[in-house]
Amino acid sequence: MRSPLTQQPIRKKYFTKNGLISFFSKAQLENIKADNNQVLSTIDVGTGGIQFSVLINGFHFPKATMEEHFNEDYMESSKYPKATFKGKITDLSKVDFTKDGVYKVNVSGDLTMHGITKPNFSTDGTITIKDGKISANSKFMIELKDYNIKIPKVVASNIAEKIEITVVCSYPNKM
Amino acid sequence: MPKQTYLLFVVIMLTATTSFAQDTTDAMANLEKQTVQDETVYTTATFKTTRVVSGQSVENTAPGVLDLRINHRFGQLNSGLYNFFGLDEASMRLGFDYGISKRLMVGIGHSTYQKTYDAFLKIKLLRQSTGKINMPITLSYVPVFAYNTLKTVPATVPKPSFADRTSFTNQLIIGRKFSDAFSLQLMPTYIHKDNVPNVTLPYTKRNTFAMGIAGRHKISKRVSLNAEYYYQLPDTQGPLSTNVLSLGVDIETGGHVFQLHFTNSRGMTEKAFITETTGKWEDGDILFGFNISRVFNVKKTKNHW
Repeated sequence: MRSPLTQQPIRKKYFTKNGLISFFSKAQLENIKADNNQVLSTIDVGTGGIQFSVLINGFHFPKATMEEHFNEDYMESSKYPKATFKGKITDLSKVDFTKDGVYKVNVSGDLTMHGITKPNFSTDGTITIKDGKISANSKFMIELKDYNIKIPKVVASNIAEKIEITVVCSYPNKM
Repeated sequence: MPKQTYLLFVVIMLTATTSFAQDTTDAMANLEKQTVQDETVYTTATFKTTRVVSGQSVENTAPGVLDLRINHRFGQLNSGLYNFFGLDEASMRLGFDYGISKRLMVGIGHSTYQKTYDAFLKIKLLRQSTGKINMPITLSYVPVFAYNTLKTVPATVPKPSFADRTSFTNQLIIGRKFSDAFSLQLMPTYIHKDNVPNVTLPYTKRNTFAMGIAGRHKISKRVSLNAEYYYQLPDTQGPLSTNVLSLGVDIETGGHVFQLHFTNSRGMTEKAFITETTGKWEDGDILFGFNISRVFNVKKTKNHW
């Protein structure tokens, strides 16, 4: 595929190394939030392919002990160092990458964490085009038991069973 | 950094030309590979807490965290039913530790044994890590100051001076987390002891070299078995002094760590448990004890530690 002006291939793939994924656990006794701003993500605007990869030990918490328990006890990050999503924007035709706007899309694919893959995981998100720059946002819930993450009874009122995940990625880099 | 940028550039160019028509899989694989090379991942949780049993582990209190520690040793198990197998006697150390930075912690405490005040620093000189910086071990330096305030019998002449009541310990801790479950550390230690007359240990050496070895083995996510042994170089060992061996269990519950153990030592500062232990395991001179640690987040840190 050639662009008429430059005679160069149209660049269709973008990536970031500084995407943000946060999670939020709202439980009876405390709310816990952690951020990871070293999310790797690629998006292919030609095919709608979208992928995320995040290192578990890159999530940072307000308390050191939380971070240690998260890595050691719950996510077992030395055994399962990363979480990934590999999927597609299913309704890519809704998005006009040449025109500024906020486009609601659906994304579906394999979500893997703690060694367990959920195929056909589907969620809604938005693709934002502003000044030609692409960003992707999504907010969805996951259930810990789906990924075999066990919370002991003693801390059941400190950690929610359903965790809210927020994804904020802008793609400044072409490849 | 320019080298990495160049590498990334090559990777991207290769990706762009060779897999242009494919999906994002290759691109992601390259990005992941690049990130692994660029980042340093520090090993965490080599031990559950900052003490193995009585002695220091390679762990530091996290920055901004205050750790209240209560260490308790009962009497000797072989002291019989009359003494309720040692539980009638109690000796404790109450202390506070605080993490100043990810490489520096400080601690103060007071022990029943010889009514001693102590203060220490623990400085991480090297941190075990993989990735960009590949470091096989963690190395810490621990200086300990202890001050014996025990009253001496009036007949003692001359009266102990400040210097006589002061002891110093210099310790290096070389530790490695070999696997999720198994960690080991070596602790070469030099102790300059106080010079206060001691009834239980009348003959003693003022300068002692010791080599410590300690390890832990996790038996579940929240429980680990610990062992700690200090070998005093015979030339520098006091005639009645024995080497300290302690075996224990760490149990972690949220913000608390409970350590239950058996040891032949009564003291809980380095000078006391390394050089002034007199009990022998083979004679049943074993004491039951526990440490309780409760951490408080004094300062919220948003950054990496």
